[in-house]
Amino acid sequence: MDLGSGGGVAAGAAWALAAVVTAGWPDINEWSYTHLLSIIETIIGFVLVALALAFRPDDPIAIRIRRGSPWALALAAGLTIWEAVTAKLLWLPPPFFAPPQALLEAYLEDWPRLLECALHSSILLGTGYLIGAAVGFSSGLAIGWSKAAAYWGHPVLRLIGPLPPTAWIPIAFFLFPSSWSASVFLIALATAIPVAILTWSGVSSVPASYYDVARTLGAKQGFLVLKVAVPAALPHVFVGLFMGMSASFVVLVVAEMLGVKAGLGWYLQWAQGWAAYANMYAALLVMALLCSGLVTLLFTVRNQVLSWQKGLVRW
Amino acid sequence: MVAVAIRPEPPANPGMAVAIRNINHHFALHGEHLPVLDTISIEVEPGELVALLGPSGCGKSTLLRLVAGLDQPSSGEILADGVPVTGPDPSRVVVFQDPTLFPWRTVFDNVALGLEAQDRLHKDRHRVGTALQLVGLSHFAKAHPQQLSGGMAQRAALARALVNDPRLLILDEPLGKLDSMTRITMQSELVTLWRRAGFTALLVTHDVEEALYMANRVIVLSERPARVVADVSVDRPYPRGRGDQYLVELRHHLLDLLGLGSNW
Repeated sequence: MDLGSGGGVAAGAAWALAAVVTAGWPDINEWSYTHLLSIIETIIGFVLVALALAFRPDDPIAIRIRRGSPWALALAAGLTIWEAVTAKLLWLPPPFFAPPQALLEAYLEDWPRLLECALHSSILLGTGYLIGAAVGFSSGLAIGWSKAAAYWGHPVLRLIGPLPPTAWIPIAFFLFPSSWSASVFLIALATAIPVAILTWSGVSSVPASYYDVARTLGAKQGFLVLKVAVPAALPHVFVGLFMGMSASFVVLVVAEMLGVKAGLGWYLQWAQGWAAYANMYAALLVMALLCSGLVTLLFTVRNQVLSWQKGLVRW
Repeated sequence: MVAVAIRPEPPANPGMAVAIRNINHHFALHGEHLPVLDTISIEVEPGELVALLGPSGCGKSTLLRLVAGLDQPSSGEILADGVPVTGPDPSRVVVFQDPTLFPWRTVFDNVALGLEAQDRLHKDRHRVGTALQLVGLSHFAKAHPQQLSGGMAQRAALARALVNDPRLLILDEPLGKLDSMTRITMQSELVTLWRRAGFTALLVTHDVEEALYMANRVIVLSERPARVVADVSVDRPYPRGRGDQYLVELRHHLLDLLGLGSNW
């Protein structure tokens, strides 16, 4: 979409309008950060207009602003409507629906706790995901490559593979010494199963002719596994890594809500317990950014590793 | 497009003698016994280019797989320079009908595959460039296989074989899927390469003209299970002309042997 060179200016004006609505239309209940919100909206508006006017139309930055301006405009409009139906009109009743300035308040007053929770979640997720990806990849490779591993591994995978990982929660919290180690186990399990299945299917779908070629050129077992089977299976492996990542998010949040005494899942529960709904929305937004960031990171890695493939899905 | 006189000295690498003795081979298909090769014996002298000609599906490619050591025959033995073939070896390299380049590797890395597998890439890296030059792909070293045409991909596969300095080059219908113009060019290129390098070559084909244009000897195989029907020596100097009267008559004779004489 392109609103032309006026797009940036229009978006800036929309943000200025949002600032006017926020500051000029009195709140029904008093909110402490209404004024600050309108200042921030004004600054965003000014920056957009300044950027739109400062660069020549064919400058790459100007092109990016034009591309982004419909979104910038829509965000300003959405924020204004949100502001109006909550703080100004009370059509959506507090405390369940918080106005934007309440989220601002949650971030400014509770940021140390939110940051700590985001950090806890990241460490827990990262530990579980990396262990699960490594275990899933190596067991999938073993099952795909060795007949003996397939004989023992295949039935196990068939039995426990379809089980939702959250079904293990009661047993895991009972068996592991701490709720943290139990959660690492659950996240690793949720990640490992799709990674193992997809790695296995990737390895078994490598054309036999690839091995023939490598063998006639003098390749031994190790070379056939590491330089033929693994790279040929990588597109499948990445599908497994994406599926495992989605599953790990689910397990992370559930585990934090049930047992772990830190992390964004715990924060959500805690905020709800105190009826601090603005904090809940604030945490939800942080969680969305975190998950989306991790998916983006995995896409970046995949695009690097599989750059030889054409027509990759872009994120 | 073959660069000329890369190696001016006489071939340093004499061809391999291949003895195929009383080979029988069968497949087990759905519990059925399917005979493929019937008592095949062929002696190939070092440096010869021998074409195996036969109807499609007769078992020619199976025979090549046995010579390459990719499969073991049901009975009989194959000797490479007097030593029984028990498995694949880089001295006997196969060029398959499909180029089978690895899509995740560049052309350079595909050609380097054999050296890498034998742990001699650090030492013999320069050979990769030479092989690419030999098949006219120097400018495509950094390309990926998807970016190559069919003929270029098959040239890359040829370079991947030649980089190992094979003493026996096994060609399994390497030009079968190419368009007829590329095919004609690559037939002469292969002959030039073979004459210069001195390796022994086994060429499977179902194209009579191709066999006559390229080979010292043409061995005609029957329908499955394949038997040797005739062993015809093509006594003409290289480079050969495609309209050579002697070859035209020989072609008639071979078509007769294949039961296609009425199509002349």
